[in-house]
Formats: sequence, C-alpha cells, structure tokens
Amino acid sequence: MVQPDDLEAIPSDVMERVLSLAEAYDASAWSEKQVRRAIHTTQRGVSDFAALLSPSAAPLLEEMAQAARSETRCRFGNSVSLFTPIYISNHCENQCVYCGFNARNRIHRTRLPASGIESEMRGIAESGLREILILTGESRVKSDVEYIGEACEIARKYFRAVGVEVYPMDVAGYAHLLAHGADFVTVFQETYDPVRYGEVHPGGRKRVFPYRFNAQERALIAGFRGVGFAALLGLSDFRKDAFATGLHAYFIQRKYPHAEISFSCPRLRPVRGGSAFRFSSLTEAELLQVICAYRLFMPYANITLSSRENARFRDNVVGIAATKISAGVSVAVGGHSGIEKSDGQFEIDDARSVDEIRRMLASRGLQAVMSDYL
Amino acid sequence: MKAAKNEDLRDVLTLGGREFSSRFILGSGKYSLTLIRAAVEEAGAQMITLALRRAERGGAENILDYIPEGVVPLPNTSGARTAEEAVRLARLARELGCGDFVKIEVIRDSKYLLPDNHETVRATEILAAEGFVVMPYMYPDLNVARDLQDAGAACVMPLAAPIGSNRGLVTIDFIRILVEEIDVPVIVDAGIGRPSQACEAMESGVAAIMANTAIATAGDLPAMAGAFRKAIEAGRAAYLAGLGRVLDTADPSSPLTGFLRDDDA
Repeated sequence: MVQPDDLEAIPSDVMERVLSLAEAYDASAWSEKQVRRAIHTTQRGVSDFAALLSPSAAPLLEEMAQAARSETRCRFGNSVSLFTPIYISNHCENQCVYCGFNARNRIHRTRLPASGIESEMRGIAESGLREILILTGESRVKSDVEYIGEACEIARKYFRAVGVEVYPMDVAGYAHLLAHGADFVTVFQETYDPVRYGEVHPGGRKRVFPYRFNAQERALIAGFRGVGFAALLGLSDFRKDAFATGLHAYFIQRKYPHAEISFSCPRLRPVRGGSAFRFSSLTEAELLQVICAYRLFMPYANITLSSRENARFRDNVVGIAATKISAGVSVAVGGHSGIEKSDGQFEIDDARSVDEIRRMLASRGLQAVMSDYL
Repeated sequence: MKAAKNEDLRDVLTLGGREFSSRFILGSGKYSLTLIRAAVEEAGAQMITLALRRAERGGAENILDYIPEGVVPLPNTSGARTAEEAVRLARLARELGCGDFVKIEVIRDSKYLLPDNHETVRATEILAAEGFVVMPYMYPDLNVARDLQDAGAACVMPLAAPIGSNRGLVTIDFIRILVEEIDVPVIVDAGIGRPSQACEAMESGVAAIMANTAIATAGDLPAMAGAFRKAIEAGRAAYLAGLGRVLDTADPSSPLTGFLRDDDA
C-alpha cells in the first residue's frame, strides 16, 4: 500500500483507523438484541453501526426502516433534492474489471468539446434542474484538470450546485475546480478491501489505493464544502465495505466538522463488455439495510439513490432514507442532447424524466428541491 | 399585567419598527410549499422563514408565491459558514425582493448544526449597518447576546436544543438569563418539539417562538400549527398574568408552627 512519490501525500491517519476497524469487523458477531439497541438508542456509535449492518439486523429491517424514515423526516422534512449526472468524457486509463469504461474495452470513446458541454447543460437546465454532477472517465490526458475546470465554469452559468465525480487529484487540482465553480467532490473507493481492490484494478493510476482513499480529505483541504463517499457494493464483502464507507465518512466529519457528508449506494450492475466479470449481487433487502444503516449512523448525511436501481425500489426508498435522487439520467457522453452519443458506463434501470420524478415525489407527499444553494 | 420589554400595553412584538400581534414565527424549510398557506392560517403567523434556496426568481416553486399577503418573509442564511457568506446571502435575499428582515445562521458544524457565535456577531455588525433587520440565531451565551445587541441586532434567537432535534427546552436556564438581561426581544429558535414546550418557554418571558420541524413532522401539519398557536398564546397570557409561586414542598393546612397559636388560644 505504498504510494509513489509523484502522488501527493497528506498527513492523515484516517485510512489506518478505517482499515483496522474494517478488518476487525465480524458481521456475524452481533446479536438481535444489539441490533434492537442500535435501532432505538438516540445516540449511535460505531458499534451500533456495526450491529445495524450485521445479518442479525435482517429480520428487523422494518423497524430499521421506520427509525430511518423518522430520522430522515426530522432532518430533511419532505424535501428531496434532484440532480442529474452529465458524462463529458469516457476516455479512461484504468482497467477496472467491472466497468464499461475500462481502457481495454473496445467502446466508442469521446469527449465533449466546450460547445457540446454547454449545449448539453443548457438542455438539462431547461428541465428545471439546478444541480448537476459532472463525470469523466479517469484519463488525465483526455480530461485534464483544466478541461474539467472549464466544464465547471460552464455549469456555473446554468446550475446552482455543481458536483464533480472524476479521478482523484492533488489539493491544487481540487483548488482549481473549486475556483472554477465546483461545490462537491464525490469519489467512490469501490472496495475498502485492499487485496480485492488490487485484483479488480489491475492497471492505471487507480491501482494506488491510499491516493484514492485520501481524495475527499484533499478536496476539503482545498476548500470544498462537501464530499461524497461510496463503495461499489458487490465487489467484495458488502457488509465490510459498507462499514468502512460509513467509518470513512465518520472520521472525515470529525476531522472537518463543517464538511457536508453524502453517501451514494451503488450496487454492481452488468456493463457492456464486462460480461466475463463475476460478482455477487446484493438483494434489494440487503441494499435497503445498508442504506438504513447509513441513515441511522449519520442522520445528517445526504444519501443519493442511483438510477442503477429500478423505479419501484427508488420510489419507496426515497420516502425512507434517501434525500437525493437523480432524474433524466443518461450515462453516455452526449446522452442528454444526443449530439454525440457514446457507450454508457453501466446500464440504468430508471430512465424517468425530471417531470416524472417530480410527480412521483409529489404523489408521496414529498417535495422536489432543485437546489440547496444560491 | 406586565408590559414586556420593547412593547407597549397592547402587547405587541416590535421588530425593526414593525409590530406583530402574533408571537409565532413559522419555519417553512421542511415541508411542501402547498401546505404553507394552510399552516400560516392555522398558526396565525405573521412571519415565516424563507430558505433562500426556495426563493429562486422565476423558478417553478417560488416560495414567495405561497406566502399570504401581509405575512413578512424572513429569509435565512442557512448554508453560510462564515460571516462573509452570511452577508452575501442576506444581500442576495434583498435583491430577490425578500425585504430587509434576515435571520442570520452561520454554521460550521454539519452534525449538530450549532451556530458559530463569533461569526454571527461579525455578520450582524455588517448587516445592521446596512439597514437590515437582523435576527441572529445563536447559542445562549449572555456575553454574545450583549455583543449582538450592541451590534444592532433586532432580537436574539437562542436555540433551545439542536435544530430539528425536537428535544425541547434543553438550554432554558440560560435562555432565562437572556430574558432577564437583554433588552431586545429573546426569540427561542431551534429544538422545540411540542406545543407544551413552546408554552413553557413563553411562560418564562421569551418574546416569541420559532418552530419548524415539530410542525413539519406532525401527522396533520396545519392542525399542529394551530396547536402551537394556542400553546404560545397560553404561555404568553400566563407570563403576563404572573405565574404563581412554586414550592418544593406542600403548603400544609396544619402548619408545623400551629401549636404556637394553640397556646395563644
């Protein structure tokens, strides 16, 4: 786990703390009684979070969901934020075995020019959305920091909140994006099991586990107000990965109390060109357990629901624990306007428009909020 | 009957030169805009907080369209982490047509949402000098309350408990000190979870109550707003009437010293 010298190192013990606790986590060691305590106590700690993720919590999922809904309503009321992702480039230097953008996959590669980004964003903004998440494949050559910064600057013209989900970069890189209008940084660690991480990331800079792990902290040092965390559930033992994801966010929030924390909850999905990769999928009940555990452990965190999930699951979970939901999603470069459509990163299961999502929320007594920020 | 501070015998609440007969400030941050009108009517509220995120000019859901005529919008600076950010948001609110009232919230803690008193004083100084009617959300610290008053705050808004927690009057002893020592109105802001707590705070002499989550999370939102109105009015009436004494023990009808009178007889 040694990091090459050309990658920026920061003084931090967060990774060691998270990994040592995650390695020691034995999900089978928790009893139903401990889960009940974790559900009904008012101040939950790390051991409560561990219990909530254990198999013993499965029979108590309804109780967990009730408690999670209560926490969500208390903190967020009836508000649910809407956003959409925009993929501006799918060039990638990594070889993630589970991903459609894998450098070895023969897919149509492209990156949008500034005019294309603007035209896509204008179209998205016309749907009423005021928050956008800019994504790229992880190519520092084809989508360098200046290019992403330019995209942020264009986004600023149309959107109140701009998130970036791109390759990890140094503090200076994050400072550049911040100066050009970005508000939030999300980085998926994919898996917190270093051995499994090495297996599924055989090539590219992404192989360097610690550099990716410390990305959120570098973004906060650069001045970002919010950071997002996720494990790609199904890559490894999902309970351990969810436990580590929560701890990662928990220790970062303790170190940077102002940081706005968010979780994404992606399950592995089939990808184009990735059919040979075998993985163990979570059931919907298991995914819901993870989402509720995040909510109960960190009641103030945003939780985003992926369009990887189907409409029925999303519609129900948004009323329980999720506070942010994507709408009008395309995961292909140029997919919003159809100007230059590439192959997508993964397959989506909920392609409803912004209006359709708004109507769904309204029918459930929830309110679509387009932006939290001016 | 007591005449409360800064108010005359008609018992009105005066903020920024404007008189309010209602002492209930309604939060609007956590529920559907369509419910706001009903909630305002049931609450009898004359002031409603306005999350700036919802005041988008020309947006599909502009909260200003939902606020009944005569109700004063109180934009807040939620999301601000420094005095400068709060000042920027307040100026933006004014530009958006939200008026001169502003509730200052400066928060650097994403978990408990506790206010940063120091930055709040700085923001209050700047905005009061610009003619805003500044209503600062603060942790109930007497020295800070004095600083806010000196900085030109129209009131102070101490928290009773963390925002959204519904935990009730956790800091009431310190709020009572502010009521005794501060000349501007003391308005209890966060943490009130039920009408009885609002009533108790009003009995203690606070000038008004702001509530949001307790109503937003109720089963019947307008009905709960109405319940709060009644509780606040009852608490105010009790304060003005002067609460009866409170004893630690019973007041016996056969007192221990009664034998002295027996001898006299």
